[in-house]
Amino acid sequence: MSSIPRDQWYVAAYSSEIGHELFSRTICGEPILFWRTRSGRVTAVPDRCVHRRFPLSQAPSRLVDDQVVCGYHGFTYGADGTCVFVPGQGRIPRTARLLPYPLVEQDSLVWIFIGDRARADASRIPRAPYLDSLDYTTVAGMEPLAARFSLLVDNLLDLSHETYLHGGYIGTPEVAATAIMTEVDEEAGIVYVSRHMDDAECPPFYAKSTGLQGRIARWQDIEYTPPCLYKLHSRIAPVGSAPNPDGTDPDAFHVEVVYAITPETEHSTHDFWVVARDFALGDQEVSEFLAENNRAVVLQDVEALNVLEQVISAEPEGYQELSVNIDTGGLAARRMLQRQLHSEQIAPATP
Amino acid sequence: MNEVLAGRRMLPGDRVYRILWVLGTDRLRAVCHCSAEREFDDPVELWGWLLAHPAGHDTPAVAPVPSPVRAGVLA
Repeated sequence: MSSIPRDQWYVAAYSSEIGHELFSRTICGEPILFWRTRSGRVTAVPDRCVHRRFPLSQAPSRLVDDQVVCGYHGFTYGADGTCVFVPGQGRIPRTARLLPYPLVEQDSLVWIFIGDRARADASRIPRAPYLDSLDYTTVAGMEPLAARFSLLVDNLLDLSHETYLHGGYIGTPEVAATAIMTEVDEEAGIVYVSRHMDDAECPPFYAKSTGLQGRIARWQDIEYTPPCLYKLHSRIAPVGSAPNPDGTDPDAFHVEVVYAITPETEHSTHDFWVVARDFALGDQEVSEFLAENNRAVVLQDVEALNVLEQVISAEPEGYQELSVNIDTGGLAARRMLQRQLHSEQIAPATP
Repeated sequence: MNEVLAGRRMLPGDRVYRILWVLGTDRLRAVCHCSAEREFDDPVELWGWLLAHPAGHDTPAVAPVPSPVRAGVLA
């Protein structure tokens, strides 16, 4: 049985990845072809010709204006998936159509709906407006993960692992030793994990980017909207500093760390990551430092989770594990993902 | 209860489950959206109790439920 919730929105790509050329990516086991039309709209259709299943992203398939021409026999499709040319005959079979995927481009991300298209409600897509705001400078990347997406969810919902896996970057002793508060709103579909360290060592990742030295107040507030979008609101400030009652927070540095956790297959994941900051805007040196260091951190996770996937895959179903206090948020996320899987199974199919 | 954590509410909904790590201890305090509270030392049992709402949620507040930490996944 699949462990990937369907009838859900997933991040398929960064907006910047898709231009007027063919782009292919497998999402939730479905090979999908993307391109940006001349009008600037992103389109997505199955990356398989309806004739003999040749990948439309595979050369010599090509994009001609806003139509994709299959490189095998020349079947040609418009941006809406409609077949406009069949070789050797004038009649175009009724079933010669690529069914387009619902797409929304917002906050510098391209979201795709996987599942029953009739259930695609764009208002359910979680927002991250700072990713596309002039008040922030962002760096981003995407690493392929050879592990099931739920392992990355577990990893990101429990940041106490920073102390051990990411020492020298973002991990300090206080992360694992500070009490957390977890909140879950199942109706809104949010898991929130809050860890406020009021007097903590400043890890190199933040010392070098903010210039703060010595002890700091370091707040980590995780907001996860299963299955895909994970936001870490990170606040770094001098010890004793707190936001003003009106919400302003002039003494603090804010870093919004965003992950989009998109299953590629049952056992591989697209690990999108973005670091958006509200200080040192446009400073190329700070951008390069944060990009290089966050990628190093992500790759430490990738290496560990790739090993974990091999271990778990080799074990029988229903393996035993131990959950402790630090896993409270991760357990909540698992519960919500299971609920999404279940609701999809019991929901009536649309005609 | 840790007063700092207790006073910090992040999600505004009216059906929010809250779990507070009782500072200085190994225990977790579960607070249901119906205001029932209970302490646990096993997060799996804690979620079992929270999600069973309203079953067992009429117990006096802060009734500790000792239980051994054990292996298991959330079913």
